[in-house]
Amino acid sequence: MEEFSLSVDSDKIATILWDIKSKSMNVLTQKGSQEFYDLIDKAVDDKEIKGIIVTSGKKDFAGGMDLSTLSNLRNTKVDNPSQEVFKFIMTMHNKLRKLEQAGMDPKTNKGGKPVAWACPGLSAGIGTEIGLACHKRFLANSPRAKVGLPEILVGLFPGAGGTTRLVRMLGAMAASPLLLEGKMLNPKAARAAGLVDEIVEPEKLLESAKKWILEADEDELVKAWDKKGYKMPGGNPYHPSGFMTFVGASAMVNSRTQGVYPAAKALLSVAYEGSLVPFDTALKIEARWFTHILGQENTSNMIRSLFLNKTALDKGATRPSQVPNQNVKKLGVLGAGMMGAGIAYVSASSGMDVVLIDQNQESVSKGMESITNILDQGIKRGKISNEKKESILGRITATEDYSLLRGSNLVVEAVFEDTQVKELATKKAQEYLDEGTVFATNTSTLPIGKLAEASISKAEFIGIHFFSPVHKMALVEIIKGKETGEKAVATALDFVKQIRKTPIVVNDARFFYANRCIIPYINEGVRMIGEGIEPALIENAARQLGMPVGPLQLIDETSIDLGVRIAKETKEALGNMYEGGATDEVLKILYDTGRLGKKSNAGFYSYNEKGKRLGIWEGLRDHWEPSKVQSDVSEVKNRLAMIQALEAVRAIEDGVLTDIREGDVGAILGWGCIPWAGGPLSWLDLIGAKEAVKICKSLESNHGSRFSPPYLLTDLINKNQTFYTRFPDGKTT
Amino acid sequence: MAEAFIYDSIRTPRGKGRKDGSLHEVTSVALSSCVLKEIEKRNELDTKEVCDVIWGNVTQVGEQGGCLARSAVLHAKWDESTPGLSVNRFCASGLEAVNLAANQTKGTGGAYVAGGVEMMSRIPMGSDGAAIAVDPTLTFESYFVPQGISADIIATKYNFSRNDVDLYAVESQKRAKNAWENGYFSKSVVPVTDVNGLEILSHDEFMRPNTDMQSLGSLKASFAEMGEVMPGFDNVAKLKYPELEKISHVHHAGNSSGIVDGAAGILVGTKEFGEKNSLKPRARILASEKVGTDPTIMLTGPVPATKKVLASAGMSIGDIDLFEVNEAFASVVLMFLEEFNVSHSKVNVNGGAIAMGHPLGATGTMILGTALEELERTGKSTALATLCVASGMGASTIIELV
Repeated sequence: MEEFSLSVDSDKIATILWDIKSKSMNVLTQKGSQEFYDLIDKAVDDKEIKGIIVTSGKKDFAGGMDLSTLSNLRNTKVDNPSQEVFKFIMTMHNKLRKLEQAGMDPKTNKGGKPVAWACPGLSAGIGTEIGLACHKRFLANSPRAKVGLPEILVGLFPGAGGTTRLVRMLGAMAASPLLLEGKMLNPKAARAAGLVDEIVEPEKLLESAKKWILEADEDELVKAWDKKGYKMPGGNPYHPSGFMTFVGASAMVNSRTQGVYPAAKALLSVAYEGSLVPFDTALKIEARWFTHILGQENTSNMIRSLFLNKTALDKGATRPSQVPNQNVKKLGVLGAGMMGAGIAYVSASSGMDVVLIDQNQESVSKGMESITNILDQGIKRGKISNEKKESILGRITATEDYSLLRGSNLVVEAVFEDTQVKELATKKAQEYLDEGTVFATNTSTLPIGKLAEASISKAEFIGIHFFSPVHKMALVEIIKGKETGEKAVATALDFVKQIRKTPIVVNDARFFYANRCIIPYINEGVRMIGEGIEPALIENAARQLGMPVGPLQLIDETSIDLGVRIAKETKEALGNMYEGGATDEVLKILYDTGRLGKKSNAGFYSYNEKGKRLGIWEGLRDHWEPSKVQSDVSEVKNRLAMIQALEAVRAIEDGVLTDIREGDVGAILGWGCIPWAGGPLSWLDLIGAKEAVKICKSLESNHGSRFSPPYLLTDLINKNQTFYTRFPDGKTT
Repeated sequence: MAEAFIYDSIRTPRGKGRKDGSLHEVTSVALSSCVLKEIEKRNELDTKEVCDVIWGNVTQVGEQGGCLARSAVLHAKWDESTPGLSVNRFCASGLEAVNLAANQTKGTGGAYVAGGVEMMSRIPMGSDGAAIAVDPTLTFESYFVPQGISADIIATKYNFSRNDVDLYAVESQKRAKNAWENGYFSKSVVPVTDVNGLEILSHDEFMRPNTDMQSLGSLKASFAEMGEVMPGFDNVAKLKYPELEKISHVHHAGNSSGIVDGAAGILVGTKEFGEKNSLKPRARILASEKVGTDPTIMLTGPVPATKKVLASAGMSIGDIDLFEVNEAFASVVLMFLEEFNVSHSKVNVNGGAIAMGHPLGATGTMILGTALEELERTGKSTALATLCVASGMGASTIIELV
């Protein structure tokens, strides 16, 4: 056996050890599950064996299911793949159930053997579900110990009994945050939530489990739901208090997911239907819903983008392979504003020495202050310790002195978004840098090629576009100028890997990739105001698309004056092709009346004096009276989705994007674009090129040529392809 | 096809639907039976003549479960050959019972007693469960929200302010007070008595005739918390009605229907039945209808149900002299007034459920009876009764004085 092994000690206690030799982290594969089942059979059936410990040979228990196993299973070329999936899941249920009952007589609940779960570190997904099937769960008191069921985050739900067991253990109310938010809990929180029973010092993990096995009372081996008179905590759905819980759960999940995440809904169905039947029937129901969800195309898309492709990008799928590792030990950051401070913070947190530079002491102190604030919030939430805070702060040198940049492996410039200011900073910094040091600019809109002109070497000059707030946003957009060399790309990628963010690498063109899509999205929303569409309809339609914020809220946050400036630049660049129209008119009126967005406490929304958003500004309806006959919500949604998706397609055509995986992963992580479908390109695949072009043509005739279907999209119809069948390895060039 | 006539219509007074309500001590079957016995007595009815007792009742569990209609027949010591049928169309159950009776009379003749009961103090509303509220295969795509939220969605969509709905509620109280003071319900209201014949309740005890704008103004909106905070039903409502930025929560205990106990019954039969038993028909049931509507806004049914029943009667809105639109929530009636542009002076002239209460399963029968008595009092000719119904339904009936 290569992934699981069994040993029996002198007390006749069997240990099932999970340790995949070829991997640093255990994940459950199809092969591994078979091995695990065989060992369950062996350990439970062997009368000599007195008790069982399930543990790991690694620092962690498991990272979860090997999601490629699931997608392979789903894509098995058989008549009815659902049948295969259902069978696979039911086998898992039966085996874990066998472990849970551990040889006891189901009528008398007698004769079982104790089963302990000993988790040395992290346990996610299936790892935790295995734990839940055991009788007693021991967790090592280690900083890396985290336990949870994060399946929902990739569009699934715990389908190996985790949903059914947790709901029966904790009740629907208490199980909800674990299942629906996919939170990973530290030992203290995991015990408080009832997910684990005992927290023990790491070196005593196995010893404690053994001790318990030797002393376990027969009653401890019987799960609550296997005992007579079991009642679900909080009541089942038709118990008066349970009724209210379930009414509320549906409402909360429906509004939080805007109805676009089928997994969350299916999870609730598992909880609801399962709680009305005996445990084994409930497992069967769980398997049916899991099979259903796995069969949804958008689930496969989510797994593909959020797990498989994200992981591939994280691991450097797009990195020039010849360049040796360019680990950054010392980082220079120019500009201690919000972005610069954020970059300094994430880099220092990842162990780099950081020199944070600004032009005067006041700006420098302000930058350090904001870093300290982030750290203090972390302490307040129990995420980091005081020592850690001090060591992070200790790695940052905040100064006005450019000469301290000496010896940096990489410099990221994040000064004011102005070509001249940036050029000055670049020149000043490069005086102190070794030859060949990669110099990056964090710009969101200025062309890299232009900024590179200020650099000593264009080959070493690159764009690294962070998203705000830096410490929360997972995406980094790396922009290659025409003359950017491979070493610069590799350095940027290695740096992004160090700070544990996900990179996409794009070519230099106006607004790169992210803003190329975000700006038209905002403008389309603004334009609708001018057309007399109900403001609330615009914002709600965007949310129903799964966008985290509507276009009007977004422009309020990024500021109206920036919007005006971008419109002006775009107009200059596009000339006759520019479709400004209502967008410009609306922006102009807000701009002229000083409603510049959140920063001026007035924009498309109204704010109170503390900056709290109150509601859509009533003046909008006075300036642009909503039409009597409103657009259908599906039309509004199509406009807001298509305007982004088409930009993604054009970005491929223009060579800005060279990999569709980056197009989808980047859009989801960068600005939350249609994540439930797996991103904008996956969304087009989901509805199909034919339908997409049909929508485009209708939008084009109603709203203008910006919706004209790009060649690539129509060509997919001609060749009967999707983006992911046309570019099977992701690469478009 | 035979015609269906109303021969009699009675109701109990409405008791507060609480543990200290006067009718709380009375069982559901006893209150039902009280109505049946009174109909029998007044009309010297040979109960063998009654083809069926069709009984509206919403929360059919516990003592209201197990086909309460049949139990009531037996409790009233009617002839055992008379069966019983319990029906549930939520708030319109009592009207639906009459409509079923009328349509069966028209189809196969005979006589029926149709009515309903709800002992809300004894069997709490909602205690029978409801898949539509908790089963995710229903809740998500039907965008389930509780009725109060739906009433507030109506107010938001139609721009009814808190002032509008409160004004309506004050007027309902005023009208009910006036009706009681002048004996407008005297023909139909029958006191509830105990086994000894001692009186338990003889008047609607829920009314607050002194209600004014000031007293209503102090009441907190009942559905704001569940809408805006936990669990946030407003967001569900906005999924269905994305043109709304927020839901304006205007309803509270004072402008929504009251929770009460009560029962009512109507004797329906053919012309021949009346002649045979020397009974004088009081009104003709011209038409009845039922509709399904969007379950989220839920309570808009009276509008399409009214249009539909007018169409089946071949009438127009102007042909109706009197309307009873159940005051489930003030916004429902205000919506009705706006949609049909009818004068408030023709609608709910003697008050309604906001003042007197809404015993779910009985209300439909009660408001039809109120309309009948008012037609007789004023000498007018036609009346239309309609109710909004949970899960997005509506029902309606048109009667004409004989």
